[in-house]
Amino acid sequence: MTLFSHSFSFSRWIGILLKEFIQLKRDRLTFGMIVGIPIMQLVLFGYAINADPKHLPTAVVMADPGPFARSYVAAMQNSDYFKIVGSVDERQANDLLERGQVQFVVTFPPGFNRDLVRGKPPVLLVEADATDPMAANGAISVLNRLGAEVFAPDLPGLQRPSAPLIELRAHRRYNPEGLTFYNIVPGLMGVILTLTMVLMTGLAMTRERERGTFENLLATPATPLEVMTGKIVPYILIGLIQVTLILVAARWLFDVPMHGSLLLLYGVVLLFICANLTLGITFSSIARNQLQAMQMTIFFFMPSLLLSGFMFPFRGMPEWAQMIGNVLPLTHFLILVRGIMLKGNGIGMIWDQVWPILLFMGAVLAFGLKTFRRTLD
Amino acid sequence: MSVAQSAPLVIDVTGINKHFGEKHVVKDLSLQVREGEIFGFLGPNGSGKTTSIRMLCGLLTPDSGHGTCLGLDVLRESTAIKRQVGYMTQKFSLWDDLTIAENLDFVARMFGMKNRRDVVDQALEELGLTTRRNQLAGTLSGGWKQRLALASCLLHHPKLLLLDEPTAGVDPKARRDFWEEIHRLSAAGITVLVSTHYMDEAERCHRLAYIAYGTLLALGTAEEVVASQGLHTREISGSGLLGLGESLRQLPGVDLVASFGATLHVSGKEEARLEASLQAVLQGTALKMAVVPASLEDAFIYLMQGSQDQFQG
Repeated sequence: MTLFSHSFSFSRWIGILLKEFIQLKRDRLTFGMIVGIPIMQLVLFGYAINADPKHLPTAVVMADPGPFARSYVAAMQNSDYFKIVGSVDERQANDLLERGQVQFVVTFPPGFNRDLVRGKPPVLLVEADATDPMAANGAISVLNRLGAEVFAPDLPGLQRPSAPLIELRAHRRYNPEGLTFYNIVPGLMGVILTLTMVLMTGLAMTRERERGTFENLLATPATPLEVMTGKIVPYILIGLIQVTLILVAARWLFDVPMHGSLLLLYGVVLLFICANLTLGITFSSIARNQLQAMQMTIFFFMPSLLLSGFMFPFRGMPEWAQMIGNVLPLTHFLILVRGIMLKGNGIGMIWDQVWPILLFMGAVLAFGLKTFRRTLD
Repeated sequence: MSVAQSAPLVIDVTGINKHFGEKHVVKDLSLQVREGEIFGFLGPNGSGKTTSIRMLCGLLTPDSGHGTCLGLDVLRESTAIKRQVGYMTQKFSLWDDLTIAENLDFVARMFGMKNRRDVVDQALEELGLTTRRNQLAGTLSGGWKQRLALASCLLHHPKLLLLDEPTAGVDPKARRDFWEEIHRLSAAGITVLVSTHYMDEAERCHRLAYIAYGTLLALGTAEEVVASQGLHTREISGSGLLGLGESLRQLPGVDLVASFGATLHVSGKEEARLEASLQAVLQGTALKMAVVPASLEDAFIYLMQGSQDQFQG
């Protein structure tokens, strides 16, 4: 071994070391990554992510608006796990659940107060949106505990310590067995599309610039629109192939149900692909080389992965993180895909999630067209 | 070998300016090039040659100025100009990961050529690359890449060719063949604007422009450019030339000293002072002195020195 032989020159070694630091300092984006990635991860994992989400939006169906029911609702609110969004009828409740606007619907049956006073445990129906099983579990266990805490002081004479005061019937809608891959497999579709679409288009354009072939392209009569769309379409097809692969695997390997329309799903996928491609193209018109395009993709991909509700329940995050999450197309795409596949959402129920994606795409497109360098200046 | 003064102007621009941020890259460029002319564009690196060429073919928009290229407005009709211009970039800019035939086919498509297949086949035939049509362009040698690049920018039968240092890094034989081709094209009525660093190539041009630090310093035929500098040159030969150059440079009347192989070219604007200074130094040495006409290279180096003094202080 002569690696550390007498010929090792310390000053030469210092020279190499210094050169590396100088180059790192010049490469702003890499430098930004060195500093930015740890901070981003720290903040996201430390503050934003919470596997035991609280303040979950809950609708109440009140068939017997008596004092006990009302104090139970108040107790739910106080537990911090539930945020009561209002009292609705059964049909509205179902609609809210399907749209994903509430996580729970709690139904107080007729005669709730009467049964309670008589010592006959009334049935409290809790319907949970279990497309993301992790989000529902903690809150359901809290409901069980609440009964005794709320009613015991008011019903001293009737208390039978060994028996429960109410009978809690929890329905995990859309995913009765609480299978996590019902949630993860459709989610993966969005994650994979985000990564490949943004990255591949980002590279496609910067590759031309890096190799100098872009100049040749610009010297031809081709217009920016022709260049941009001509470069985008192949990746749309690639994205559709990826989705088909995942759907086939979801069906045959994981038995994930497909309750909604396949056509609608592909429509939504197409929209999502376009949004990501627009971003990729925009990255590529800013990035000076392929490495930078890659770095920008990571900067976008990380929050998408962590703040979209893919890895951790969306409603478990603080307000500010949810706001960032709401900007990301993946957040809305996840709700759309789960809605269509697991809940059977129809075309009438998707608009709430479609417009934010359209808005994102429009904003990025406007910015991209502005920065796309038609000419080299 | 020059083009008739009656030939129509293919490039006619005045007062063209271009800034990149703070840098004023091209200053008040005015240029007239006639049809069928081979027009040489010379100047040191970073002098604004490439930027000027890019503005002429519509790749860059001038900040100010006006003029026409092929009768079309350089500021407003860049798309129409692109259709009739063949632009060969300084660096090989065809796609390395496409085959020779695929590259030509793509370019033909970009220019919307109808008889694409025939055009590509014919180009391959003329290049002598028909048998290698399925070879990746990236695997070609420098000389072949250059020929392919030229063929690809001739595909759409442009009226004007803009060649940005087309022969950089190409061997002498390929360079000669390339220039034969340029002259053949010129004879067929195609106008060629070519930038170069090589003196022999400059001498093959009908007319020349010398640009430095964004400013056009000289314009005309090779003879006119040399004459315009008003240099008188002496060629010094013999043994013991080594190290003489530096001392000659300090003498009154000497503006330029340049080595030419085994000889030195010493030039100055004032013939009498140059002659007197040199006579004094060479007195009693074995060195011989002869009167020679100033060469194009002498003129260019003199121009370059002058512009450095002027712009770098």
